[in-house]
Amino acid sequence: MNGEWHADEERLLDAPTIRPYVIARGRTEAQDRFDLISLAVTVRPTTGTEIGLDPEHQAIVRLCRRPLSVAEIAAHLDLPAGIVRVLLGDLFDRGFVAVQQPQPEMDVLDERMYKAVLDGLRAL
Amino acid sequence: MVFGLSESPKSPLKMPTPIKLLIAGGFGVGKTTMVGAVSEIRPLRTEETLTDRSVGVDDLSGVEAKATTTVAMDFGRISIGQDFVLYLFGTPGQERFWFVWDELSRGALGAVVLADTRRLADCFPSVDYFERRGTPFVVAVNCFEGAQVFDLDEVKLALNLGGDVPIMLCDARKRESGKEVLIELVKHAYGKRPTATAH
Ligand SMILES: Nc1nc2c(ncn2[C@@H]2O[C@H](COP(=O)(O)OP(=O)(O)OP(=O)(O)O)[C@@H](O)[C@H]2O)c(=O)[nH]1
Ligand SMILES: [Mg+2]
Repeated sequence: MNGEWHADEERLLDAPTIRPYVIARGRTEAQDRFDLISLAVTVRPTTGTEIGLDPEHQAIVRLCRRPLSVAEIAAHLDLPAGIVRVLLGDLFDRGFVAVQQPQPEMDVLDERMYKAVLDGLRAL
Repeated sequence: MVFGLSESPKSPLKMPTPIKLLIAGGFGVGKTTMVGAVSEIRPLRTEETLTDRSVGVDDLSGVEAKATTTVAMDFGRISIGQDFVLYLFGTPGQERFWFVWDELSRGALGAVVLADTRRLADCFPSVDYFERRGTPFVVAVNCFEGAQVFDLDEVKLALNLGGDVPIMLCDARKRESGKEVLIELVKHAYGKRPTATAH
């Protein structure tokens, strides 16, 4: 897969319905950057006049006024999770959203985490 | 491993830490029902796309493997105060979608394997998968009406489960029951956590 070639293609094919898919094909590394449960929250609203932000980008920024996972964003916007990851990568790089990654598999805080989750479940 | 790379250093926001739990088991065993019973939101559906990267882990023929296949997953959410948020994913029923299982299992705290005693063999692939991967799991026998009630020790034997794997009865439609299963799972996972064995 050649990133530059797809970057050209991206400019040529600008129809809103296909554009996210084209973007996704050109930037597959974003697929591995966010987990399905990575949480995104908007830290800077868009004005709607930013160059290079698609309606899908804007929709994510509006949606993430409270922290939402990649999976939730995908479900609410009816987009495949892979596409959401790419769009989120763009928004993160441009400072519109902050992203909270899941707990690393090894974490010194894990004891606290298990206890909190157990207490939380018991209190449901 | 990319964990932790993407937190915005400038962000003053305190975000909850997301935690992933899986609900696995055979076709129609009640995975989505259980997700819905314990979730604080209506269960949502997300799709992952099967692309070139999964060719070879899948028994599709060469021609078909080039096509894009979409796998849908149901999921729900349970907020634990301000600090944590649990996401429960029903794993896709078809085990040939291993790439989704791999992604779902990465970093997961643990899994519930739902079993139906009338079709016990249906949960073998899930049990095998989590055993091989080392994901902590519990087995919950979903009590459908009309299903013969087996002794749990018999079920455990039939599944050839390790001695420490918890097994319990449940009703996937009931929130209390699902909650108890999740508590067992988290307790079990706590005992199996990496730092518990590493030190
Ligand atoms: N009687 C009874 N019915 C149940 C129970 N749990 C689930 N069901 C029913 O069984 C059917 C299948 O349940 P689902 O939750 O969709 O099962 P699933 O595992 O998500 O199914 P797939 O995703 O298709 O593999 C539904 O009609 C449920 O209403 C139970 O504990 N008792
Ligand atoms: Mg289902």
